[in-house]
Amino acid sequence: MCLGIPGRLTGIEEQDGLRVGTVDFGGVRKQVCLAYTPQAGVGDYVIVHVGFAISVVDATEAQRTLAVLRAMGDVLEQELGP
Amino acid sequence: MKYLDEYRDPDLARALLAELRRVTTRPWTLMEVCGGQTHTIVRQGIDELLPGGIRMIHGPGCPVCVTPLEVLDQAMTIAQRPEVILTSFGDMLRVPGSHTDLLALRARGADVRVVYSPMDAVALARSHPDRQVVFLAVGFETTAPANAMAVRHAATLGLTNFSVLVSHVLVPPAMTAVLRAPTCRVQGFLAAGHVCAVMGWTEYEPIAAEHRVPIVVTGFEPLDLLEGILMAVRQLETGSYRVENQYARAVRREGNTAAQDAVRSVFRITDRSWRGIGAIPASGLTLTDAYAAFDAGRRFDVGSIVVREHPDCIAGGILTGDRVPTDCHAYGTACTPRTPLGAPMVSAEGTCAAYYSAGRRRAPAPGDPS
Ligand code: SF4
Repeated sequence: MCLGIPGRLTGIEEQDGLRVGTVDFGGVRKQVCLAYTPQAGVGDYVIVHVGFAISVVDATEAQRTLAVLRAMGDVLEQELGP
Repeated sequence: MKYLDEYRDPDLARALLAELRRVTTRPWTLMEVCGGQTHTIVRQGIDELLPGGIRMIHGPGCPVCVTPLEVLDQAMTIAQRPEVILTSFGDMLRVPGSHTDLLALRARGADVRVVYSPMDAVALARSHPDRQVVFLAVGFETTAPANAMAVRHAATLGLTNFSVLVSHVLVPPAMTAVLRAPTCRVQGFLAAGHVCAVMGWTEYEPIAAEHRVPIVVTGFEPLDLLEGILMAVRQLETGSYRVENQYARAVRREGNTAAQDAVRSVFRITDRSWRGIGAIPASGLTLTDAYAAFDAGRRFDVGSIVVREHPDCIAGGILTGDRVPTDCHAYGTACTPRTPLGAPMVSAEGTCAAYYSAGRRRAPAPGDPS
């Protein structure tokens, strides 16, 4: 139950005074409370835990980490040979 | 979800492992403090791929496992009342209490329901004004904001038939307790990414400095874990002891301040006993006086319950990293995910269940029939 799962925000509405969004988890859609991610917009990836978006995934940071890892792989290959 | 899937790329994993082998000159022992990370590590066999000498110890990171027995027994007592609908996350239903579990009570007629979110429990209270809806609110800092909002929302709606049995636990005091234990072998931590998504990592900075341990905020995908391990080992190899953030795509230093504010408005810090470990000062959350009306423990008066653990279960040793599940005599025989004797065998995040689903075998003792 402690896992947060990333999904894409596909719609936002208001329910009983709370900001609520629809999040698509690779085909499965769920209603999610957005009270803690007021900055999240449609199209953003959010990390959802027990029905609440707790964090917006920073796409630039995600790509940057992967770029660093890939570069490290190349360096290693050059160093270690084929 | 392309860039998220890429965090499972086996080529990048190999590159990370090669780099880890390159930088490692000595044995090091690290602890991950998140059941989700334990699950990935054991399932993907990451601990078995690491260069010789690097050991992962699985910490007390499964919220289901550390929920004290008396809270479970209280929940079961409340669930047996005819006017009550008891709600919780699915994992909690199978955790053995002193005498039974919630699933068995449901089979005997108790109204026990699984919810996906605490907000679902609030909705249930709204649609059943003639019943008392109780939510068993467990979990770490990640779950507390959701439970805080459920209580606040119930208050806003003026519900008088909703209450929560709160047993929240906090990670930094548990890490300190692990480090202070005389048997502690942990030299560095992988901190739970989603706990830090809520809380940030400022609380970890004094721990890293005082105990001279690197702490790396780490995500949950295989690449996250390998990179987190690499960052911790690099620090250990160079003698530095800082908090670093591997999981920058989801975690910022200050965390989620809106969530923190909500938690502070509904809960206050309290001493808490952890199943298998015992009492840790200032390691839990309980409702503030302003929200005492939503406290199920008060509403149903369940303070005097006496508890009994299964005598074979070595959960305490498992949760502090002193023992591994294959050390337990009941592992895989008397205790399996279908018939758990102790909490670490229940949830997929529990160390015993993670070992079992990965097919790890217990070395048979001489004369042992299994
Ligand atoms: S295998 Fe079962 S009995 Fe043994 S420590 Fe784990 S949960 Fe307890």
